Amino acid sequence: METRIQIRFGELSTKGKNKKRFVQQLTRNIRQATFAFPQIEVKPTHDFIFLNLNGEDEAAVIERLKDIFGIANFSPVYVLPRDYERAQTFIVEALGKKAKAGTTFKVDTRRSDHTYEHDTAWINSKLGAAILDAYPDLRVKMKNPEIRIRFDVKEDYFLVSTETYSGAGGLPVGSNGRGMLMLSGGIDSPVAGYLAMKRGVQIEALHFHSPPYTSPQALKKAQDLTTKLTRFGGEISFIEVPFTEIQEEIKAKIPDEYAMTITRRMMLRITDKVRAKKKHTVIFNGESLGQVASQTLDSMAVINEVTCTPIIRPLATMDKNEIIALAKRIDTFDLSIQPFEDCCTLFAPRAPKTRPHFDKIHRFEQLLDISGLVERSVGGMIVTKMNEQLSSSEKGRDYSALL
Amino acid sequence: MIYFDNSATTKIFPEALETYFKVSEEVFGNPSSLHQEGVYADQLLQQARQQVARLLEVSPQEIYFTSGGTEGDNWVIKGTAMEKYPHGKHIITSAVEHPAVSKSMKQLEKLGFEITYLPVNERGVISTADLEHAIRTDTILVSLIAVNNEVGAVQPLKEVGDILEHYPRIHYHVDAVQAVTEQRAVITHSRIDFLVLSAHKFNGPKGVGIVYKKAGRRLAPLLSGGGQESGERSSTENLPGIAATARALRITIEDNLETRQHEKKLRDLLMKFLKSFADVRLFSGVEGAAHIICFAMRDVRGEVMVHAFEDAGVILSTTSACASKKSDTPATLQAMGVCDSWSRCAVRISLSKDNTVEEVEDFKKIFDQLHRKFKKIQK
Repeated sequence: METRIQIRFGELSTKGKNKKRFVQQLTRNIRQATFAFPQIEVKPTHDFIFLNLNGEDEAAVIERLKDIFGIANFSPVYVLPRDYERAQTFIVEALGKKAKAGTTFKVDTRRSDHTYEHDTAWINSKLGAAILDAYPDLRVKMKNPEIRIRFDVKEDYFLVSTETYSGAGGLPVGSNGRGMLMLSGGIDSPVAGYLAMKRGVQIEALHFHSPPYTSPQALKKAQDLTTKLTRFGGEISFIEVPFTEIQEEIKAKIPDEYAMTITRRMMLRITDKVRAKKKHTVIFNGESLGQVASQTLDSMAVINEVTCTPIIRPLATMDKNEIIALAKRIDTFDLSIQPFEDCCTLFAPRAPKTRPHFDKIHRFEQLLDISGLVERSVGGMIVTKMNEQLSSSEKGRDYSALL
Repeated sequence: MIYFDNSATTKIFPEALETYFKVSEEVFGNPSSLHQEGVYADQLLQQARQQVARLLEVSPQEIYFTSGGTEGDNWVIKGTAMEKYPHGKHIITSAVEHPAVSKSMKQLEKLGFEITYLPVNERGVISTADLEHAIRTDTILVSLIAVNNEVGAVQPLKEVGDILEHYPRIHYHVDAVQAVTEQRAVITHSRIDFLVLSAHKFNGPKGVGIVYKKAGRRLAPLLSGGGQESGERSSTENLPGIAATARALRITIEDNLETRQHEKKLRDLLMKFLKSFADVRLFSGVEGAAHIICFAMRDVRGEVMVHAFEDAGVILSTTSACASKKSDTPATLQAMGVCDSWSRCAVRISLSKDNTVEEVEDFKKIFDQLHRKFKKIQK
């Protein structure tokens, strides 16, 4: 018997003429996410994507599919010969492990082939009765049953499914343009990246690295966080930008209380420059209103002045607790809280301005060779492609010859 | 020399020794250090852990390195006691455990824990009915040896695992120190929570043990300190030993099937030979581990046999190296109901893949000579 997985779209159904493009993107993402299962075939149709398992491990594939954005839900479906009695036996057996006392179910028949001898009502009641005969403890429920048995009469076969899994929702990553994510290594920015991906944006992660003030472990942590995010949408470029010179310059020339604001403005200038180079449209970051001095409304306005590129802040209005809950759900929290020096306390001003003045900023920035600093920083960037096959814990020196 | 004492310890693989040297020389950093040398050391440690996890078909977060099998057994047993005593103080084990387990149990008894020692049959195997019967609402741990070190008896771990499926709150520990080439399918039963291995029993270095600890199961750490091994087992990691262990385990498991068949062949030859003597008794059965043969010659003390064989160039041992310097009768044989006059005479042959048919043939000749000699003296 052949097993397929039928994948249903969420919002895609409303995308009109663009639907085809969205489905193509989702198909590509599913292919990429299931690279570890070489036998799998992914076949898009107008209303569904079908995945032929060809013998690959069903449970493992199901786990993988749960993380892919753009999937509303999916079901393993079994292709059965058009022999009602045999199909009924199969379904009753398949329900065996799920038939706990009190579980509610419903039979949902559809006839794609209207010439079939029995109508939907006949199948619904016959199959329902057979199930109740076998498992008297089950209960029929029409609205929101726990088990929905889908029975589809096709021209040459039956399609049967007894289980539906929820997908990750959202839009297929890559179907909604590209954005540059400012990724610090803290709790917030990976969550911002996740939310960007959820709306179909393909992201690249940009991380500022200031050796020796920030440690190699902090860099690795940012890379590991990026790798974590690849689960939701395939490969992500990790862009490491050197920032040491800028931090030293600011420390030397800028009054303490304005150092933070100007540091952020420099970061944003660099991010914007890299964004333009990589032809992205927007910038994402993990800012959340009022969390720290740089995230007051006044600070944001002043920092934002250096660019007119749209900056999307998915976490802007969320509470820290909500952000932490999400970070835990996407499994980035434990990594994020590893204690490595990532924004050096040496440079952190004691009392950063929460309401910086535009004119003072402009005056102080004249002390810096801004274009030169930005140029040199962007020139030193290193791009690494992160993906699951190359999990970063296995990176570094390869000791396999010793082991 | 014919080395027939592989259950006491095995000779380190040249490859594992090479790894030990190289790591000591080239990757000498402390895996906990922040600097690059430390990072390199940590990368090696994690790669070694991943390799061990892959070979045992578990996840790297479930693998911990210790100083050996004894520490592993102590950790699991005492760690469970310290973690779970509010839920109960009853533990089930068998009467044929290694001292690392049985003496840990004795210590816990002094602290008020109640231990059930399951009896064994004449082949050294527990009964699952006894085990099921012994389970109580305050049972916190079942601890069993996979392959007995003295006679090679194999416990029904799978059946025990099936029973314990119904008691998810009980920790299930398996001392698999003698079992790495044996019963792999059995030692990886999904209900097993903890599994202990020792590197020097599979041609790795001495001083390294492996503990598999199932994700989600909790043990109190015995060694607290710098927080190594995820805070579960502090102490600077024995990196050369751990890397060499990962390598030895790979070689062992890759050759596993071949090794077992080879050991079985030698064992069958030896058993058939020994059975042909009226005054020789075999304590190991064919259903036991392939690498252990325990036998006795009537009225010839085990110790005498060991030395007589040694003079003739054959290294074997009384029933376990750990107990051989003491005059106690072997605990396993006692539990199997073997009388003292026989068990005092027991000796153990333990094989490895390096032993050969020629060695077995030489052993037979030497045995014949010694047998004749002893009989003459006894007349």
